[in-house]
Amino acid sequence: MLSIISLSLFGILNLFLGFLKSRRILLPATLVFLLIALALTAQEWNQQALYFSDMLRVNNLFVSFSAIILVTALLVVGISRNFGDDVEYTHPAEYYSIILFSITGALMMIGFENLIMLFVGVEILSVAMYVLTGTDKRSLRSNEAALKYFLMGAFATGILLFGVAMIYGATGSFKLGGIATYVQTAAQYRAVSPLLYIGLLFLFIGMLFKVSAAPFHFWTPDVYEGAPTIFTAFMSTIVKTAGFAALYKLASVAFGGAYGFWAQTLAVIAVLTLLIGNITAAYQQSFKRMMAYSSISHAGYLLLAVVAKVPDSQSAILFYSLAYSLATVSAFGVLIVVSERKPFEGSPDERYAAFNGLAKTNPLLAFVMTVSMLSLAGIPLTAGFWGKFFIFSAAVEGNLTALLVIAVLMSCVGIYYYFRVIIAMYLNPSEGDEVIVSSGFKLTLLLTTVLTLLFGLFPDLVNSFF
Amino acid sequence: MIPEVVQKIPLQYYIYLASALFIIGIIGVLTRRNAIIIFMSVELMLNAVNLLLIAFSTYRSDPNGQVFVFFIMAVAAAEVAIGLAIIVMLYRNVRSLDVGLMNKLKW
Repeated sequence: MLSIISLSLFGILNLFLGFLKSRRILLPATLVFLLIALALTAQEWNQQALYFSDMLRVNNLFVSFSAIILVTALLVVGISRNFGDDVEYTHPAEYYSIILFSITGALMMIGFENLIMLFVGVEILSVAMYVLTGTDKRSLRSNEAALKYFLMGAFATGILLFGVAMIYGATGSFKLGGIATYVQTAAQYRAVSPLLYIGLLFLFIGMLFKVSAAPFHFWTPDVYEGAPTIFTAFMSTIVKTAGFAALYKLASVAFGGAYGFWAQTLAVIAVLTLLIGNITAAYQQSFKRMMAYSSISHAGYLLLAVVAKVPDSQSAILFYSLAYSLATVSAFGVLIVVSERKPFEGSPDERYAAFNGLAKTNPLLAFVMTVSMLSLAGIPLTAGFWGKFFIFSAAVEGNLTALLVIAVLMSCVGIYYYFRVIIAMYLNPSEGDEVIVSSGFKLTLLLTTVLTLLFGLFPDLVNSFF
Repeated sequence: MIPEVVQKIPLQYYIYLASALFIIGIIGVLTRRNAIIIFMSVELMLNAVNLLLIAFSTYRSDPNGQVFVFFIMAVAAAEVAIGLAIIVMLYRNVRSLDVGLMNKLKW
């Protein structure tokens, strides 16, 4: 709870730091702010409390997901390189404070106990993301991505709100506890108001929009491709983690009693997400766009754990989000520096070809990229393997055999497109010169790689908490 | 207590009206090509929700729904600020608001 308050204050503080002549202080200051927030979150471990007139619940679920989000944000800030120190048209102070504000929203989405809090959290996060997507004001691609994201996001918010209103009409409460009580008693007496079903449907559609699950994914590739890469890394990790924490909480706490109603629908959506995400990703020529479809496919795996709704689902989602965030940040980090090596048709080169021969010029970057791709593909000895393993075992526990078969098949398709990058780096001849990378940037990338390998070797480091 | 004036119209009518407005909003988003009109349709959707919440809130004599409406209005105002800024930024570069021209990003 303290982390939410402190982060919003730090965001304002960061804006004032922007008045200083030197912009160099912003990056370390933001890192310090995030570390303080992480410490404040960590000291709430094993506490059970409700804050803000019962609108926010602090428990271990909140603390652990907050920690993932804050660590991811630290890593993303670590590869942000101050957004170009000397460039006139960037505004680092604003970007860093918007990042801090958006994390506030993400934390509210994780800890919500009242649908008002969920709505406000979703909006704080999304509005911040619309701005960050459009930060490259002179680039048409960034403009277009921002407009598409904004219109689709606002549309999704409208649908989400309609769902909330209908649920309120049926249950008379915005509180998760009140809704859960209504759902359980009404299901017992077989007197569930149709308004509840309509509301549930719309609420889930709104949330699935935000986490980019299949029939509602069409904005994702465009937005991820058009946004500046650093913000793509930010939104593909943080929005997804927070979105799934919120979706899991809704599904298990509030609507656990109506499992029979939403399980089938969500299972179909999970299958669609897996199929569309993985198969379309295999056809992409642009690495960045492939990563967008791969993020859709990862949403499919995470949905599997939500559908299973067994006690292990929570730790499975937690571990998977952590592994996915680490690997995605390092993949986009390498992409940022490699795409600037040689522009392609006037914009940064984000094709697979940009990675040709990277292993010869920059063995370190190639290694970081390889580990991240292996982790995303779910190869053993990386964190991604255990992420998939826990998700699949949750699915087995939930008796989702058919879904499991599709998921395993689709992760085989995943290996194909993730390995294309590795092949380009190690087997193709080199096209560009060596990429010069600053030491802080290198350190962050190494940290993500080490963590990915560490959690791959010792998954109990995370799982022993539960 | 539900005020007598409100009782004259059954709750269902409010639900029908709000749903109709909401669906008009959805159709507007899906069919129109001008960014501002799409944006207006989204606002229509939000206001349909507001109407629905107020109706439920009054019929249940529960103030929570009306508080939620204030939240929606505040957040919608923030969204308008951001959205119009994005649209202005786009207009400066493209000199058009037609979303059909937004085709730089595709595979």
